[in-house]
Amino acid sequence: MATMNILVAVCLVYVTFLFAVAFGAERAARQGQGGWLRSPLVYTLSLSIYCTAWTFYGAVGYAARSGMEYLTIYIGPTLVMIGWWWCLRKLVRIGRTQRVTSIADLISSRYGKSNLLAIGVTVLAVIGTTPYIALQLQSVTLSFSVFADASESNGALADMDSTALLVAMGLALFTILFGTRNLDVNERHHGVVIAIAVEAIVKLFALLCVGAFVVWGVVGGVGEMMARIDASEIGHWQMRGDRWASLIFLSAAAFLCLPRMFQVMVVENDDEGHLRTASWAFPAYLMVMSLFVVPIAVTGLDLLPEGSNPDLFVLTLPLAMGKEGLAMLSFIGGFSSATSMVIVAALALSTMVSNHIVMPIWLSLTGSGAMVSGDVRNVVIMARRFSIAGVVVLGYLYFRFSGGGAALASIGLVSFAGVAQFLPVLLGGVFWRGATRVGAFTGLSVGFVVWVYCLLLPSFGPDVLMPTQIMQEGLFGWSWLRPQALFGIEGIDPMVHAILWSISLNGLSFVLASMLGFPTPLERLQGAQFVNVYEHSSTPQSWSGNAAQSEDLMIMSQRILGAREAQALFESEARRQGVSGYLPDTTPDFLQALERALSGSVGTATAHAMIGQIVGGASVSVEDLLAVADETAQMMEYSNRLEAKSEEQARTARQLRQANEKLQQISVQKDAFLSQVSHELRTPMTSIRAFSEILRDSEKLSETEQVKYASIIHDEALRLTRLLDDLLDLSVLENGQVNLNIQQGQLSRVLDHAIASALTGSGQEGLKISRDTAQETVLLSTDLDRLSQVFINLISNARKYCDAEVPELVLRVTHRDDTILIDFIDNGSGISKNDQAVIFEKFARVGAMRAGGAGLGLAICREIMARLGGSVSYLPGQGGAAFRVILPASSAMAAQ
Amino acid sequence: MGKRVLLIEDEPNIIEAISFILSRDGWAVATHSNGHDAVDVVLGAPPDLLILDVMLPGKSGLDILRMLREKLGPGDLPVMMLTARGQLKDREMAEKAGVNRFMTKPFSNAEMLEAVRELVET
Repeated sequence: MATMNILVAVCLVYVTFLFAVAFGAERAARQGQGGWLRSPLVYTLSLSIYCTAWTFYGAVGYAARSGMEYLTIYIGPTLVMIGWWWCLRKLVRIGRTQRVTSIADLISSRYGKSNLLAIGVTVLAVIGTTPYIALQLQSVTLSFSVFADASESNGALADMDSTALLVAMGLALFTILFGTRNLDVNERHHGVVIAIAVEAIVKLFALLCVGAFVVWGVVGGVGEMMARIDASEIGHWQMRGDRWASLIFLSAAAFLCLPRMFQVMVVENDDEGHLRTASWAFPAYLMVMSLFVVPIAVTGLDLLPEGSNPDLFVLTLPLAMGKEGLAMLSFIGGFSSATSMVIVAALALSTMVSNHIVMPIWLSLTGSGAMVSGDVRNVVIMARRFSIAGVVVLGYLYFRFSGGGAALASIGLVSFAGVAQFLPVLLGGVFWRGATRVGAFTGLSVGFVVWVYCLLLPSFGPDVLMPTQIMQEGLFGWSWLRPQALFGIEGIDPMVHAILWSISLNGLSFVLASMLGFPTPLERLQGAQFVNVYEHSSTPQSWSGNAAQSEDLMIMSQRILGAREAQALFESEARRQGVSGYLPDTTPDFLQALERALSGSVGTATAHAMIGQIVGGASVSVEDLLAVADETAQMMEYSNRLEAKSEEQARTARQLRQANEKLQQISVQKDAFLSQVSHELRTPMTSIRAFSEILRDSEKLSETEQVKYASIIHDEALRLTRLLDDLLDLSVLENGQVNLNIQQGQLSRVLDHAIASALTGSGQEGLKISRDTAQETVLLSTDLDRLSQVFINLISNARKYCDAEVPELVLRVTHRDDTILIDFIDNGSGISKNDQAVIFEKFARVGAMRAGGAGLGLAICREIMARLGGSVSYLPGQGGAAFRVILPASSAMAAQ
Repeated sequence: MGKRVLLIEDEPNIIEAISFILSRDGWAVATHSNGHDAVDVVLGAPPDLLILDVMLPGKSGLDILRMLREKLGPGDLPVMMLTARGQLKDREMAEKAGVNRFMTKPFSNAEMLEAVRELVET
């Protein structure tokens, strides 16, 4: 019991110490004295959260079970670090320039800010990490139980669950305290990073101590040790190439993709240069960590009783040798490994959960959208805290219900394989511009499903979550769907099998779906930003000097504003500031003024982004780019409008052309008309002139001749007058200037009058008129004089042109619907079809017959009837010439 | 003497006036009032002078002139054309068709006589 109490006390002291370290670091950072907090060494040490309790305890267990294979877990990250130039540097650069807060943020941001994708990654990360947190809790409680066993106190053993709970609560508290003190835009946490760096030293030191004790204290030197190793089975186990390759790949992938590794490696990174140091220092750290793994495993197997848990050799060996102090140190080392992992994992996951799941839900629930206020800050912090607690609780629940039975190492690998599913999407997003959101989603989904089916579910053991039947016969009894022999490929190690299939199917579907679809503009933009991150960003150091900034601003401004304007702007600012030369200090005021000046030329967003790029040293942010895109869209719209305008102009030109053609046509018609008028005027004038000259010059004219010629002159003069009257009448009618004199009267009376007028002077025998007066009793309300004019015209035409032997004109009145039809049908030979088309045109003359008319009569009739709201038309098929006048029945219509 | 003039014109009063003027001067005037068969009439009994109106029912004076010029040799038949339209274009077209004299209505009787004499004597 005494040991347990001391153990708990040591733990408390240790945790208090960590609190103090973190607190001190935070304070130093706040006071601006935290430069040492961001050294390459601290960065390297913080990466050591890769070595969790699994590595601390489990590596020895792994070695005891599988020989040298445990090394793969170290070789993977070592390769990544050595090849940092290729991938890590790019990730870090992107993380910094895009202000990425988590791996979910990076992936969603790359694929067009897709929140759905972010949610997917977050969920996958939580599922992949929860067992791992459970693993840490398990290792801590197991190590507690070792001490409890040693002190033979059964009370503590029974209480393992509550120990785990206490540990979980403590970790959650620590993370909440130092992980959510404030909201840093860059999500950097000085206190946490320093604390885990300290823990990295503690765990390394503890493991080295135990190792040194085993080699020199227990075995008796390096030579003895080597002999023992040679003698043991470990040294002789066959290495399985496929398993080694897969595990190295897996650990490398996990190193890049684990949310907690991403957090310390990319998000917390302060300076790209730190990578250079870490690239050799971290592999060295890993090497030292692994140095004594085999000796401890071999010695443990040799000395400890059969059936001892090799995962706990690091603790049990010192205890068995009676070195309680060393065991205690070892415990603290393991405790450090577990806590640092849980803290960073909880921190990273909570950022993802709160940013991509809680906040969007909260914002949509409150409907406050873009309204950012102080309240939102508090909400974010609260969301962060609950997410941390939630993640740790999930880990605890997993620990409780999984029973903690499975070997530590296997849980770790399952978890690795889960997060390794991010790899294709991550690398694709960083190196391949063609990668699309749909591709990412497809790849992740496929990989996730295969991982769950082939690895996660079977990992709980037979019949827990995966029925044995499916394991042996496949899903739905399809043997090609056996979780450990997909598509009938058998005989592969289950782990290798799962990695092979999940990653290859994941990658394949990612690439195929990306190639089949098209990226959205935003995805394209982001893709270019990510893939070409080196072109779009610059290292911060190069812009440190004020003069350099000013000069660069000047160069840029000259390009945009023109040399003279830019120089004037800079010189006046320099004068205002009282600075000698033409380069002013880059004060905020000046930058704002410059931005305004530039935005006049290139648009606000672009100007902001350009100045930001030079002054801030930061690359263009997503928002800037979006704004640029908006501007581009606006310009597109503007040019579209221009295009529309030019289309409109083309349309106007077309209309103008049409109008012109019409004018020309009218002009031709006018010429023809004038020519016709001239003809019609000159013809009677010719007769008048000729006969008046005859009368004037000839003395020997008889009386009859004199009278005859004088009456010709008289008739032709009348004809001229008539013509002029008609022309004027037509002109008035056509221009719509006619004033209608609406009167009421009987149709029969109008016809009577018209017949009388038309037939005067022609003799009664000329034309016979047939009427049905009963039908003619219709009261009209219209311009009766005009109507009469039309009738006279039609009747006189019949009189003049009807070529029957006994000419007869039938007047037929019918009522149809609202209209009155008045037909004038003679018994002559009618008008030919060709002529029917032109008789209503001006000066149209039909046939050989001339009767003194100028050919305006019918044209006038047509105009009059249009004014009266009716019409006049030729009625074909009646034998003789037939015209139909249509009158609207309603006087109201006629009045118009 | 009695040189023969054929007048093709559709206005009765104008026919009457020209006939009177020319008959009084000793010309034998024949008249015809439509375009349809004008060519046949001319060819049937070729006159010493043809006076042709442009606007005729059935066939325009210009067409008649063109057909005559095709059938008869050039200069065989002096032709005077009369038009009431009086446009430059008509004159040009008539000259192209081979008219000897183009007169615009109305004309003075003396002018008409003089033109007729000139055409027949040359």
